Amino acid sequence: MTELAQNLIDGLGRGSIYALLALGVAVVFGVMHLLNFAHGELITVGGYVALWTLGAGWSWYIVTPLIVLSAVLTSLAIERVAFSRVRGSSDFTLLLTSFGVHFVISAIFLLYVSASVKPFDRPSWVTNTYSVGPLNIEVYDTVVIVVTVLTLIGTTLLLQRTMFGLSLRAAAADFDTARLMGVRSDTVIRGAFALSGLLAGIAGVFWLMRAGSISPSAGITPMLKGVLAALIGGLGSLRGAVIGGLVLGLAEVLLRSRLPDSIASLTEGVVFLLIALLFIFRPQGLVTVKHAVRV
Amino acid sequence: MLEVEGLTARYGSIAALRGAALSVGSGEVVGLIGPNGAGKTTLLSSIAGLLSPAEGRVTFEGKDITGRSPEQLLRSGVALVPEHRRIFADLTVEENLRIGGVTVPAAKRAELLDEMAERFVVLKEKWDVPAGYLSGGEAQQLAIGRALMSAPRLLMMDEPSLGLAPVLVDLVFELIGTLRDQGRTLLVVEQNAARMLEVSDRAYVLRSGEVVASGTGRELSQRDDLFDTFVGSVVAPDEGLPAAGSPVANGAGGGTA
Ligand SMILES: Nc1ncnc2c1ncn2[C@@H]1O[C@H](COP(=O)(O)OP(=O)(O)OP(=O)(O)O)[C@@H](O)[C@H]1O
Ligand SMILES: [Mg+2]
Repeated sequence: MTELAQNLIDGLGRGSIYALLALGVAVVFGVMHLLNFAHGELITVGGYVALWTLGAGWSWYIVTPLIVLSAVLTSLAIERVAFSRVRGSSDFTLLLTSFGVHFVISAIFLLYVSASVKPFDRPSWVTNTYSVGPLNIEVYDTVVIVVTVLTLIGTTLLLQRTMFGLSLRAAAADFDTARLMGVRSDTVIRGAFALSGLLAGIAGVFWLMRAGSISPSAGITPMLKGVLAALIGGLGSLRGAVIGGLVLGLAEVLLRSRLPDSIASLTEGVVFLLIALLFIFRPQGLVTVKHAVRV
Repeated sequence: MLEVEGLTARYGSIAALRGAALSVGSGEVVGLIGPNGAGKTTLLSSIAGLLSPAEGRVTFEGKDITGRSPEQLLRSGVALVPEHRRIFADLTVEENLRIGGVTVPAAKRAELLDEMAERFVVLKEKWDVPAGYLSGGEAQQLAIGRALMSAPRLLMMDEPSLGLAPVLVDLVFELIGTLRDQGRTLLVVEQNAARMLEVSDRAYVLRSGEVVASGTGRELSQRDDLFDTFVGSVVAPDEGLPAAGSPVANGAGGGTA
């Protein structure tokens, strides 16, 4: 019982980060039908920003907003340089483009910075824990969960209460008709990339705090988690993406603590297997979207 | 106010419009009728910026608007109620109306929202209901209300009575009449030719991508050569029951949805 409660808290912490990543993937997919395999690069860029600024002696309090800002700007830049040119192309073209962006950004860091893993200081409180009864709770997980909840509330208000949010939802449902209403495609698509970058930036701060290092290929794992969680949730459904992230986080933690030690290192593999089963029995993901029309 | 000259539009190698021309004067209600596949939707889509025509010119209030994007067109004052309504099923009635007013300032939008609530009583009752739950007639009113939210100077409608029960068809034509009496400028595509001719000042007949006739309702209904266009409406005015051989009967986006 205690172990289960412990697992749930650990899993929610992990799943919250996945949820933010997946939500960013889903927002862009919704308006553009683009499954963005370059999503992790937003964290890679943030990681190098962290490396250089922390290396210069700046504190995490200043570095945190810089990471978020760099993710937003990178997201907008990628849209401008790459994705704006393939708007309205086939899903496959979009997918290939995002792979291209992923490889180009990794290659830039590989060529012009370094191929090796570079460590940086983690905030001192990251490994602190506190006890609630028999439970041992990480300060880090607590912060992650609280910030994620606040971020999700903020995102919900943005989507429900503002004209921009309404435009985004209308465009995700039927892009052409939204344009007929006067919704500007540039506004919606750039807005979606900015929001996606913001969410990735927030997730990236936590990801990097825990990792304490950066390398050119550091974006791959968070990208895979985000894309997988979005797929689990049913691509295009924002609520589904959040649920998918939490489910993925919980599944990983529960499996890791339940599997016999000898195969615990195979957790990832087992998770993939479960996801494969999910897609066999429920190919549309956990939450169904009726339609998502491309530009 | 609106001038369309020599409009040609293609889907791949198929020409859906071949040099179509029409004009709409300020305050006029103009009908556009013709059989299935005549190119009516293509014509409205080309005016609204959803398609870029291969040839021809569209001017609105003296400005050349050919090939502009739909969002620019809407800002120029032209709104389209699209074929099949295309309301946002997951958004509430109110949200659908709001998005229709995305280009107008917030204060004006609030004013227009109140106006729509007053005009469309059935919508007022379902204000917070996702629009996917509306009946066909309610959805059509929402689609028209949504287009009115942009305060357009020219309102185009593509088959507003399509798929509606007879009483609701009456309602749509009543609404067109009301809008006409308010002095609005309308360009309406209708399968229901006879009813449309009754409420319009003038009409154009489109066939195989070309305007083959135009004139007042009276003039057009006396033209025997246009008979096939009106089968099922003038001859058998009880709409909703397409006569044999009527274009309505042959499916493809038309008729009995
Ligand atoms: N997306 C498309 N791709 C290829 N051909 C098309 C497409 N849309 C329409 N067409 C063709 O263009 C022609 C004109 O179609 P359009 O939809 O404009 O006719 P319409 O007069 O609106 O007919 P309806 O009464 O059925 O709405 C038809 O022959 C149709 O088959
Ligand atoms: Mg049509």
